[in-house]
Amino acid sequence: MSLDKFYYDNKLPKFFAIACIFWGAVGMLLGVIAAFQLAFPVLNFSEYFPHLAFGRLRPVHTNAVIFAFVGNGIFTGVYYAIPRLLKTPMWSKKLGNIHFWGWQFIIVCAAVSLLMGFTTGKEYAELEWPIDILITLIWVVFGINMFATIITRRERHLYVAIWFFIASWVTVAMLHIVNSFEIPVSFMKSYSWYAGVQDALVQWWYGHNAVAFFLTTPYLGLMYYFLPKAANRPVYSYRLSIVHFWSLIFLYIWAGPHHLLYTALPDWAQSLGTAFSIMLILPSWGGMLNGLFTLRGAWDKVREDPVLKFFVVAVTCYGMSTFEGPMLSLKNVNAISHYSDWTVAHVHIGALGWNGFLTFGMMYWLIPKLFKTKLYSVKLAATHFWIGTLGILLYAIPMYWSAFRSYFMMKAFTPEGQLQYTFIDIVQTVTPFYIIRAVGGTIFLIGVFIMIYNLIKTAKQGSFLATEEAEAPALEKEYRAPSNSIWHSFIERKPILLLVLSLVVVGIGGVIELVPTFLVKENIPTIASVKPYTPLELQGRDIYIREGCYNCHSQMIRPFRYEVKRYGEYSKAGEFVYDHPFQWGSKRTGPDLAREGINQPSVAWHFDHMMEPTLTSPGSVMPSYPSLYENDIDVASTNSKIHAMRKMGVPYPDGYEAEANNDLMKQAETIANELRTGKKVKIASNKEIIAMIAYLKRLGTDINLEKK
Amino acid sequence: MSVIIILLIVSILIAGGFLIGFLWSVKDGQFDDQQSPAQRMLFDNELKINQTNLKNTK
Repeated sequence: MSLDKFYYDNKLPKFFAIACIFWGAVGMLLGVIAAFQLAFPVLNFSEYFPHLAFGRLRPVHTNAVIFAFVGNGIFTGVYYAIPRLLKTPMWSKKLGNIHFWGWQFIIVCAAVSLLMGFTTGKEYAELEWPIDILITLIWVVFGINMFATIITRRERHLYVAIWFFIASWVTVAMLHIVNSFEIPVSFMKSYSWYAGVQDALVQWWYGHNAVAFFLTTPYLGLMYYFLPKAANRPVYSYRLSIVHFWSLIFLYIWAGPHHLLYTALPDWAQSLGTAFSIMLILPSWGGMLNGLFTLRGAWDKVREDPVLKFFVVAVTCYGMSTFEGPMLSLKNVNAISHYSDWTVAHVHIGALGWNGFLTFGMMYWLIPKLFKTKLYSVKLAATHFWIGTLGILLYAIPMYWSAFRSYFMMKAFTPEGQLQYTFIDIVQTVTPFYIIRAVGGTIFLIGVFIMIYNLIKTAKQGSFLATEEAEAPALEKEYRAPSNSIWHSFIERKPILLLVLSLVVVGIGGVIELVPTFLVKENIPTIASVKPYTPLELQGRDIYIREGCYNCHSQMIRPFRYEVKRYGEYSKAGEFVYDHPFQWGSKRTGPDLAREGINQPSVAWHFDHMMEPTLTSPGSVMPSYPSLYENDIDVASTNSKIHAMRKMGVPYPDGYEAEANNDLMKQAETIANELRTGKKVKIASNKEIIAMIAYLKRLGTDINLEKK
Repeated sequence: MSVIIILLIVSILIAGGFLIGFLWSVKDGQFDDQQSPAQRMLFDNELKINQTNLKNTK
């Protein structure tokens, strides 16, 4: 048997590692800023930079941490582990480079465009359509490189980590395509093809699986490679790893609706999501236990080795958040947690603990390897570990606390049957917790800077090993007698490629054919009085989306006494049939706006409130929006917006595109006049604030018309 | 709620794909040996690495 000689490339893992750490620091810094903004609204600097207000900054933070930090972390591990597991270099260096630079280019585009206000308004999928297409292309490049490497492997057996990478790639591709189905209005502006309840379901099917297949399964792959490597002992049970892998990926896809409990989503869909979410605890804990048990008999190493310390806490956090997840999917628990800081704490146990610490452990192990040296300072790494752990605790505990406090305040009634606390009372109560949380995040970030210093020192004292020589016998071309059926032997020859290609092709084809047929019909209103937005309201809605209002305000009243009393009649599915995209939100830092048109019909109030929220609501932590009073409404876009809406079945009359702007002006003039006469302020009717007020005044009013 | 049909199709496609992957991997003998894969991944060709490194560091 002859030995093949080949070289592992260490350049790309190094590049990805640098990018991962760099974007990680940036993303976490933005998170810290956003956290302080929630406690001190002056930090929004709205008068100078409308781009840095919380509503725009928070999506940059979430996208940076998920897709830049964790994304590059995944690729670091994949480009390092796959060649070594398969005894072959990555299939194409060129594709690898395209992948690396393409991904970083996407990140820069994403950050810039989100700060500029280009957003689809769908959480964790905010990027506009040209970037969506770019992501698809780069993802395919990554896929080709990975699968071609797998096909040209010298090791017939696919180690469990690779299974995780494969499943992640396939599912993320599918999720991204299905959820990004949008109709472009112009360059950098599009509307989601789905509306209302449908959009919500697709979005959270995507949203939950992004957590599952971007933040979880690829990181489990990393765990299965780097944890045994660092401990220098085999994984506790290989059989368990296989069993929990397959059960995890089969169950995860169905759990999405647990993000929509007690909303206008049909009940049976909610129950389905809950049932699968509860089942998920088994495979998730299979992974956690397998990780922890790998260290059986090696706990003395954990005392000394910072890499293992990080891994132990990472895996423990994974176990905690995957225990919490099924609990939060129970309807009675979700009633407390939904829209509250509990969810924020939950995701940060996952993001800081599981993703963060696993990445840090991987870096502390990998960078010395790549630079053929020892870690510069074990002591600093241990300091990082303790600081980081303290940061997580300081972050999470205040959030849990504030979630429960606000819940009990939210549902407190006086003996007379009135709500005991106003929303501002609750905001004021939780603000101190926000400060502690921001401090926790800052401490965590300081730990990251300690790591960066430590790793740079490590790199400097070593010398970079650009390529590693290795040898392994070529994989025998194993002849297999054709099985009894033709398709089977065909699949066996090119299994993975075929699997992937067919999935992608069938998926895209099926979706493109089905979506319009199904969805356009669906938009026939089930509540007769619900009408499409007027052109001015539509423009206002786009401003609402642009400013990221959905990051703090929900538009979905759940059927609880304390919500109905506070916000008005609970939301009905039929009210959202023209909402492309839906704006139900997932967090109430501010009050629900689903019935804002009824609760606050005064144009003067809105006018003052947007200018300086504390004028109308003392104690508010909302940023002010002075730019809305200066910017003109983008009337040039009205035509194409109405056209796009009509294409998706929103029943504007034929040829309404041409008249839309006349109606827009008329309505804007009415509102401006009301302000001029009622408030004695001078405001031109073509300013964005007018459109915003028009939209807010419309919210939730259609259903009231029906009663009359 | 007709979008559920699309999601069902897509989800079943993914799950079906996973099922095919699972069946293939079982048939291919991927899981016949549940001991050595876990051990094998721990070994890289360390010796060769050192030689390359000597050249690199001069």
